Amino acid sequence: MSPNNAKEEPLTIFSPQLAARFDALVEKYPVRRSALIPMLLYAQDEIGYLSDAVIAEVARRIGITELDVRNVASYYSMLRFKPAGKFNIQVCTNICCMLRGGYDVFDRFREELGVGHKGTTKDGLFSLEEVECIGACSWAPAIQVNYDFHDELTPENVPSILDTYRDKAQTKGPATNA
Amino acid sequence: MPRLVSHPDEVKIVSRRFGQGASKIDRYIELGGYESAKKCLEQEPDWIINELKASNLRGRGGAGFSTGMKWGFVPKQSSKPKYVLVNGDESEPGTCKDHLIFLHDPHSVIEGTIIAGLAIGAKLGFIYLRGEYRYLLENVEKAVADAYARGFLGKNIFGSKIDFDIITQTGAGAYEVGEESALMESLEGKRGVPRIKPPFPAVVGLYGGPTVINNAETIATVPHIFAMGSAEYAAVGTPRNGGTRLFCLSGHLERTGVYELPMGYSLKKMIYEVGGGIRGGRKLKAVVPGGSSTPVLLPDEIETLGMDFDQVGKAGSMLGSGGVVAIDDQTCMVEFALRTIGFYQHESCGWCIPCREGTDWLKKSLTRFHAGFGTANDIDNIQYLAENMLGRTFCPLGDAAAMPTIAFVKKFRKEFEDHLNGKPCPYAKEGAPELTVV
Repeated sequence: MSPNNAKEEPLTIFSPQLAARFDALVEKYPVRRSALIPMLLYAQDEIGYLSDAVIAEVARRIGITELDVRNVASYYSMLRFKPAGKFNIQVCTNICCMLRGGYDVFDRFREELGVGHKGTTKDGLFSLEEVECIGACSWAPAIQVNYDFHDELTPENVPSILDTYRDKAQTKGPATNA
Repeated sequence: MPRLVSHPDEVKIVSRRFGQGASKIDRYIELGGYESAKKCLEQEPDWIINELKASNLRGRGGAGFSTGMKWGFVPKQSSKPKYVLVNGDESEPGTCKDHLIFLHDPHSVIEGTIIAGLAIGAKLGFIYLRGEYRYLLENVEKAVADAYARGFLGKNIFGSKIDFDIITQTGAGAYEVGEESALMESLEGKRGVPRIKPPFPAVVGLYGGPTVINNAETIATVPHIFAMGSAEYAAVGTPRNGGTRLFCLSGHLERTGVYELPMGYSLKKMIYEVGGGIRGGRKLKAVVPGGSSTPVLLPDEIETLGMDFDQVGKAGSMLGSGGVVAIDDQTCMVEFALRTIGFYQHESCGWCIPCREGTDWLKKSLTRFHAGFGTANDIDNIQYLAENMLGRTFCPLGDAAAMPTIAFVKKFRKEFEDHLNGKPCPYAKEGAPELTVV
């Protein structure tokens, strides 16, 4: 199926847990390929981004070409081809958040972190992104840090949110992107 | 954690179990859960569909199509397997109702999916959440696992001779995937671009099989209809608009939140009583009644407006997905229009030209205009461009960008003209952050 990789038994870069998850996913759907998008997300969660090696392995496991995987992955805005910070801060500035100060929150993050949209701090701990609606409109302004929601924010909440995640990084040690 | 709210005018049907621990299967059953699925198991598919037709339930995703009729379009005999899809790719700015359903009452979605499966003769259902809702997916996955453990899903559900499975997954950040055929593409592991219709999903849908696709709120409503009876459900709303809706109140209101109100409820009351009026003692300038794609309404247009599909349609807008965004008198509507269009430009899948180029052009024009570099011609050009996008795209995303734009220009022309003096936005507050638009 996958002409580039079919010859030798390739090494995996997935953890045993991720590999097991993949095996379960491809079996679950009526069509193997349906597992592609969930799988890319789970791989990104573990490895941090869709590196060439991740794309190659996903392609091989599903049985489609790497080009096909890239073509699909490039469509979805949550999938990234470059590393982000350990904690990726996504600030919504869409209309409902904008009306309630989303841009002020975004600006405060910029100040505190010293990076702009799509920037990553030097220590690799945080990356910052301005994003479209995240589905928390009645509790605006809202942000997501990786998959965690924080809502009804003011710029004054920003330092304590950052501290929370700095503490998390301390207690967990320098782990990979959770 | 999203805050729950309540108001005396609320009629709690879909939100009946919110905040009561109904994510746990025992609690859900204690609160009457899974009784409707059992009831429907004893009935013929036609009875289920007819009851649903009688309830006047209309799709909560935005189009407002009769759910019973939609289910009725699925052919009885099919050589290919049939499927039920639950669209929880809630992405329309202003809309956050499914967020609460998945958080507080995931079993109602599962039960609704089972009933839809019984009605059309499907053996497999999918619950598709937007990628940002990972913590909600985990909640739904837990609920699905519990339902399997009880024998409510899988082989011989509820001890019957019928099998039914549910697969859950999320997307990965794409508004367009909320469009029904784009969601099917995404579920098939492809880019989320829409398909050309006809054939409609009821005949050729997921994996080429007949498919029913409904909004998550629609599906979550279904078990309640069978619990209370279709006539009683229909009686809650207005003619042809059965039941209640989860209205997501946002923007410059004192008490934002998701409230469940009867169809046809006064928009004015929704803003001034339920939502507590405009915060900071300011005045209302405009309302977006049903998510960011619906044309904006002026305060004098909402005086007697009841919030159902037909009345809002007559008023020149749409009930849409139930996202009510209130805008105060300190807001620059050109900026608001720009931020609205910025979203559609970002989310256009790029497949058809009027949408791909049109949203881009609109965003560029509005950006220039807002910065004070617009010309008088630009105002008409923006409107002309939007009018020429209308109805010329494969899916409704092009319309979703064009419709509000036309309304912004028509209803706030003076504000556009006020930007013509060569200076940046005259409405900008001192020290306000600069609008960047990703």
